[in-house]
Amino acid sequence: MKLTLKIWRQTNTADKGGIHTYEVDDISPDMSFLEMLDVLNERLNEEGEEPIAFDSDCREGICGACSLMINGNAHGPGVTTSCQLHMRSFHDGQTITIEPWRADAFPVIKDLVVDRGAFDRIIQSGGYISVNTGAAPDAHATPVAKDKADRAFDVATCIGCGACVAACPNGSASLFVGAKVTHLGELPQGQAERDSRVVNMVAQHDAEGFGGCTNIGECASACPKEIPLDVISRLNWDLHAAMRHGR
Amino acid sequence: MYAQITGEDPYTVPMRIYPAVHYVMGGLWVDYDLQSTIPGLFVTGEANFSDHGANRLGASALMQGLADGYFVLSNTIRDYLADGPFDRVPEDHPSVVEAQQSVQQRIDHFMNTQGTRSVDSYHRELGNIMWEFCGMERTQDGLTKAIDLIRTLRDDFWRNVKVLGTADSMNQSLEKAGRVADFLELGELMCIDALNRRESCGGHFRGESQTDDGEALRHDDQYSYVAAWEWTGEGPDREMGTPVLHKENLTYEFVEMMQRSYK
Repeated sequence: MKLTLKIWRQTNTADKGGIHTYEVDDISPDMSFLEMLDVLNERLNEEGEEPIAFDSDCREGICGACSLMINGNAHGPGVTTSCQLHMRSFHDGQTITIEPWRADAFPVIKDLVVDRGAFDRIIQSGGYISVNTGAAPDAHATPVAKDKADRAFDVATCIGCGACVAACPNGSASLFVGAKVTHLGELPQGQAERDSRVVNMVAQHDAEGFGGCTNIGECASACPKEIPLDVISRLNWDLHAAMRHGR
Repeated sequence: MYAQITGEDPYTVPMRIYPAVHYVMGGLWVDYDLQSTIPGLFVTGEANFSDHGANRLGASALMQGLADGYFVLSNTIRDYLADGPFDRVPEDHPSVVEAQQSVQQRIDHFMNTQGTRSVDSYHRELGNIMWEFCGMERTQDGLTKAIDLIRTLRDDFWRNVKVLGTADSMNQSLEKAGRVADFLELGELMCIDALNRRESCGGHFRGESQTDDGEALRHDDQYSYVAAWEWTGEGPDREMGTPVLHKENLTYEFVEMMQRSYK
């Protein structure tokens, strides 16, 4: 495959940055999107141009490191992470635009790499359980209803990649926070800190500069793990309950 | 997932299955508190050697992450911290100065080499050597050859690697160069260890050690130990010093060592 790539390049956070155009040839449709970028980087290195910085780690779709805005869609076409996207999803001769996540709360560090430290700080503010649950209990000692267990499990698949924020016109991280609050709030261990968790996480979310949710739903359609939009209803429900409890 | 990765529908086209490297058996040596030879440096999960033998089965990483993080460290780190507060290490402490200097020298070396080969190309070549000669089946000849090849590659890496960009901002090539330097050491050590162990055990099949019908043959009388290799520094041309073997014998009081049959 022969492709024209329009790639955002930015030396550092302060740099203005801009789109650079590159041609690549001999791209196999079986390559992953990141392997295609590896090929380009190898060539740039040979030609003496600094390779394009982009994040990746497991390349199996489970770590949440890769974060490319491809033709205006977070992680490109389909329900997948950038690393699990393959070149067969594109056609020969196509022009592909690649940008970093766009959000005030995710400053660009370099090229396609953004700082997602804001997510870590949101997790630090409440995405944990600090009650001591003792040694491993017998499996049947604390019953958890099947629907609750399934729900907690489903929303726990959030890998914190930030696609929801990148897709949202408001730059809101409500889907991410909603997933964490729902995951921990469904389980018995999460009850002790349920009120303080939601209050602290929402406060941190706002302090980081993420926008508010206006029920547009781009986040849920961009999510590679298909976190449903109704976790945000749950987030609002829990926040309201915590305020009624005087938090 | 298979269809997404390969572009082939496994209901109509036979699946293509190939072994893949997904673990390094072994890791950093730790004591029962998961503390390394450096006081206060705890090594957990897959990074330490402790919870598996010559094989890692499915979910070993999950088990080790949970056991280390939830049950062991929550007690042993508290025990360590109970001896605190610790004195602040001054920035002009000779060890700090030495560490900073050696890191800075390494960075300067990579930035100033201006060679012709990318870091990734070294990484891939090392991967091929390991796959070819230190994979599931290994032999004395193959491992000896691999050690030679790695030493040559390592020598070339330090003379001819090409790292563009600068060292004062994010530089992924520079980050990778440091890691590939580590992998070159680790790869050589894995081959040395494999060469030393003339038996087939767990996930490792030593060509010279098999039964008449081609099954893995262990030698518990000679190799019933954990091998902890001591780092002895680098030579003047950055060649790896000969590592020193420390043995921790495996002694079982309540179970009898058996051979598992996969037939």
